[in-house]
Amino acid sequence: MRRMSPLARRQAAWAYAFLVIPLVFFLWIRIYPVFSSFHIALLEWDIFSKVRPFVGLANFERMLTDRVLHKALLNTFEYILISMPIGLALALAIAMMINALNRGAGLFRTLYFIPYITSVVAVAAVWKWMFMKSGGLVNNILTGIGLPAQPFMNSTSQALGVVASNVIWQGLGFKIIIFLAGLKQIPRTFYEAAAIDGASRWAVFRHITIPLLNPTIVYLTVLTGIQTLQVFTQVFAISSGGQGGPLNATLSMVLYIYQKAFKSFDMGYASAITVLLFVIILIISLAQMKLVTRKVEY
Amino acid sequence: MKKLSLLLVLALLLGLALPAGLAEEPVTIEYWQYYFESKVALIDELIAQFEAENPGIKVNHQHFPYDSYQEKIAASVAAGEGPDIVNLFYGWVPKYVKSGVLQPLPAGSFSPEAIEAEFAPMVTINKFDGVYYTIPTAVRTLGLLYNKDILAENGYEAPPATLDELVEMAVKMTRRNAAGELELEGLTFQPDGQLHGFFRPVLLRLFGQAPLSEDYKTVQWNASEAGYEAFKWMTDLATVHKVGEVNFMTNDATAFRNGAAAMSIDGSYRLSALETDGTLNYGVAPIPSHEGRQSSFGTFWTNGILAGVEGKELEAAEKFLAFLTSEPVMRTWTQRIGEIGARTSIAQDEELLKDEKLAPFIEMLPVADSYFYVDEAADRKIVVDAVDMVLLNDMDPREVLDWAVNEAQALLDSYWK
Amino acid sequence: MEEKKKFSPRQLPLYAVLMMGALVMVFPFVWMVLTSLKTGADVYSFSLIPSPATTANYSFVFMRTDFLRWFANSLGIATVVVASVLFFDSLVGYTLAKMHFRGKNFIFILILSTLMVPTEMLIIPWYLMSSQLGWLNTYWSIMFPGLISAFGIFMMRQFFEGVPGELLEAARIDGLNEFGIYARIAVPLVLPALSALAIFTFLGNWNAFLWPVIIVSKPHLVTLPVGLAMFTTENNPEWERIMTAASLGTVPVLIVFILFQRQIIEGVNLSGMKA
Repeated sequence: MRRMSPLARRQAAWAYAFLVIPLVFFLWIRIYPVFSSFHIALLEWDIFSKVRPFVGLANFERMLTDRVLHKALLNTFEYILISMPIGLALALAIAMMINALNRGAGLFRTLYFIPYITSVVAVAAVWKWMFMKSGGLVNNILTGIGLPAQPFMNSTSQALGVVASNVIWQGLGFKIIIFLAGLKQIPRTFYEAAAIDGASRWAVFRHITIPLLNPTIVYLTVLTGIQTLQVFTQVFAISSGGQGGPLNATLSMVLYIYQKAFKSFDMGYASAITVLLFVIILIISLAQMKLVTRKVEY
Repeated sequence: MKKLSLLLVLALLLGLALPAGLAEEPVTIEYWQYYFESKVALIDELIAQFEAENPGIKVNHQHFPYDSYQEKIAASVAAGEGPDIVNLFYGWVPKYVKSGVLQPLPAGSFSPEAIEAEFAPMVTINKFDGVYYTIPTAVRTLGLLYNKDILAENGYEAPPATLDELVEMAVKMTRRNAAGELELEGLTFQPDGQLHGFFRPVLLRLFGQAPLSEDYKTVQWNASEAGYEAFKWMTDLATVHKVGEVNFMTNDATAFRNGAAAMSIDGSYRLSALETDGTLNYGVAPIPSHEGRQSSFGTFWTNGILAGVEGKELEAAEKFLAFLTSEPVMRTWTQRIGEIGARTSIAQDEELLKDEKLAPFIEMLPVADSYFYVDEAADRKIVVDAVDMVLLNDMDPREVLDWAVNEAQALLDSYWK
Repeated sequence: MEEKKKFSPRQLPLYAVLMMGALVMVFPFVWMVLTSLKTGADVYSFSLIPSPATTANYSFVFMRTDFLRWFANSLGIATVVVASVLFFDSLVGYTLAKMHFRGKNFIFILILSTLMVPTEMLIIPWYLMSSQLGWLNTYWSIMFPGLISAFGIFMMRQFFEGVPGELLEAARIDGLNEFGIYARIAVPLVLPALSALAIFTFLGNWNAFLWPVIIVSKPHLVTLPVGLAMFTTENNPEWERIMTAASLGTVPVLIVFILFQRQIIEGVNLSGMKA
C-alpha cells in the first residue's frame, strides 16, 4: 500500500470534513428509514396495530405468484423504454436549437419550461380531457384529418402510451435546461478551433459537443431512469379512479406499492415490493453509469 | 378583636376561594373529519352550540384534505397522535376495528337496542360481535337522476319505474354522431364511479340475490342464476344496448352535469354540486324496481371513538357524539349538507320530504343497504376490472363473474382469518 | 461578456420549428389558466374559452381561504430549503467530483441510492421520527427531509466534473485552502448549474404535497399545495378551483425561473484557459 503524502492526507481530511454533516443527515433521514422500511418487509403490519408478527420471507414469496405485480413490473420497464430515449433526444435537439438562436432564447427557454412548473395534477386533468375517446381534442384533430378516433384511455394497448406522453411532455423542460447549462459550459475555444480547422457541423456535434456533454448526459440518463422507474403521480391522476387501469394497463410499481400500503394497509407486502424496486433501480443506474460515462480529456 | 375579625375575613375569603380553586379545568377533546366546505362550517357552529351547553368541555376541530385523509389517520394513529373522535367512511370501519383502532361505543348512550330501534337499517353494517363501533349523523342513498329537458325532448314525462323501462328509455335517448361516436349517453356507465356500488348490492338484490352471506364471510354474487343475470344486465348496458361508455366526458358525474347524459344513478351527495351550478333542469327518482323488488345503496360517514381514550375525555366524547347524532342536529344537517339524517324519524319528517330533490333519496332509506368492505379500493377494482374484461377483452360475463367472486372471496378470507 | 447578436433571417426556420413545439408545450397550461376563469358549470363543456368568464374563483381563493398564509409558508420554507441545498449540495458535489480520498465512489453510490426508494414509503418512518423527537407542529418538521438533496448532489457532481483540474491545482499551489478553492475558484465556474439547481429545488419544494399533507396538523402551518387540496373532495373535484389553485401556484415559480434563467445566458467566460 502506498503511503499517502501529507498533502494528499490533508486533502482527504478536508474532504471528510466537508462530508460529515451531509452524511449524518442522509444516514439519519434517508438511510435509516429505508432500512426500517426494509425491515417491515419481513413483517406483517397494517400500520395501525402495535403487533407486527414476523413472517420471514413470506412477503417475498408472494411476489412470485402475484400477476398484478408482474404486470406493474412490465409496465414500469415500458415506461422507461418509451419515455427515456424520446425524452432525451427531443430535449437535446430543442436545447441545441435554442442555444443556436441569436435572439429570443430566453423566451423559448421559458415557454419550454412551462410544462415543468405546471401542477402535475392540473396537467393530468387536461391530458384526460385531451384524450377523451368521444369529443376529446386529440380525437377531434384525428377525425378532422380523416383518421379514425382512438379509444386511448379506454384501451389496454394505448393507455400506457397516453400516460407516457404526459411524462415525456412534462419532463422536457427540465432536461432542456440541464442540456442548455451543459452546452453553455463547453468552452467556445473548442468551437473556434474547430471552425478554423473547417470541421463540418456533424463532426463538431460528434466529436466536440457529445463528448463534452458526457457528464450532463450521464446525469440525465441516470436521473431520468431513477425517476421514471418510480413514476406515480401521472399514472394516479390520468388513469380512471387512480387505479392504474384499464385492467392494470398503466399500473406502475410505485402506484402498486402505494395501493398496497395506503389502501389495503398491507405495509409488509408494500415494503417487500419497495425492496425489489430498489434493487432494480440500483442495478439499472449502476449499469447506466458504467455504460454511458466516458472520461474526457481536456 | 381586630385579629379575630381579620381571621374571619380570611376564612370567608378562603371559603369562597376554595370551591373556585377546585373548579374543573375544561376537558379538551379532538374531532377530525375530512374537508368538505359545508360540513366544516356546520361542525364549527355545532361545536360552539355544544360548548355553550357543556361549559366543561372544549372540542378541537381539525380537518384534512379528502385525498390524503386515510393516510393522515394512519400515520397519526401509528405514532399515537390521533384524535379522540374520528369521522370515518363506513367502509373503512371493518379494517379499523380489526386493527384495534376504535373502541366500542359507550353502552350508556349507544346501546345496540336503541341504535337498531332508532337508526336507519344500514348502520348495522358497523356492528361487530353484537357491539357498535361507530354512529353516523347522516347517510346517503343512491337514486336516479334524470335530465328533464332530455326526457321531454324524447317524449317522456316521467322517469322510469322499472329496470326494463330504464333500458328502453335509455336506448331511445342515446345519441351518436355520424361517425358512430357517442354524443349523449342514455345512462351513465362508470364502474369506478357509482356503477360498482350499484352492482353490489343494489342490482344483485333487485334480481333477488343477496351479495354476501349474513355473517359477511361468503361472497355470493354468483350463488344463483339471478347473480349472473344481474351482472350480464349491467354489462349489456354497454355492450348490447350501448347506452353508455366508460370515461365518457371523463366520468358519470361530469357527463350528467354537462347535460351529456340523460340519466345517471348517483348519490345524494351530487345535489350540492348540481344546485350550485344551478343551470341543469333535473329531477330525482327512486332507483327503478325489478320484479317487484326495490333496493338502494347506502353509504355514510360515521363517527367513532379511538381506542385508548378514557376517563374524562371518554365522557366528553360520549356527550359530544350523542349531541352530534341527536335529532335536531340531524335535521339541521339534512337541510344544510344534503345528507339524510340517520334516524328513521328524520326519514318521516314532513318538512324534509317537501324538498322534491331530496325526497326520493329519503324514501329509499328503508330499502338502502350498505356493503361490507374489508378493502374498499381493492373491492371496487375487482368490479371495475370485471367490467373491463367483458368490454375490452370480450370475455364471457359468466366466466368473469366467477373470477370476480374468487377475488372478492380471497379478500374476505384474508380479513376473517 | 458576449455581445448581443442581431436577429438573423437565416434562423427563421429555427424559430418556426421552435414556435410550433412551444405551442404544444404551452397549450395545456393555457387551458388550465382559462379553466380558472370559468364557472363551475362551464368547466364541463371542455371548450377552451370561458363563457362566461369570471374571476369568482380567484376572489374565492383570496378572500375565503387562508391563501396568503399558505403562500407565505410555502415561500418561507422553500427559501430556507433552497439556501441549504445550494450550499450543501454544491459542497458535497464538489468533494465527490474533484477531491481525492478513500471511499469516494462508495459514498457517491450510497448518496445516490437514497433516491431509489419512493418517498411514499418514507412518510411513515418520518412521521414516527417527528413525533418521537417532538418536532410535530413546527416548520422544521415540514422542511427537514429536503434540506440536503441527493438529486442536487448528483447534478453538482456532474457539473463540477467539467471544471478543469489544472485550475484547482494552480490555486492549491498558490496556497489557497481547500474550502477557498471550492468557494473562490470552483463555484464561480458552475453558476449556470447552481441557478438550475436553485430553480429545481424551489420548484420541488413549492409543489411538495406528499409529506407536507401528512405532517401538517395545525392551520397556521399549512403550505400552498396542502391548502389547495381542499378543492378536491369526495366525489366532487371542483375543477375550476383546482385550476385556479394550480395557476396561482405557478406564478412564483415562473418569477423565480425568469429571474434565474439569465444566469444561464451569462454562461461562463473560460477564456483564461489554454486549449
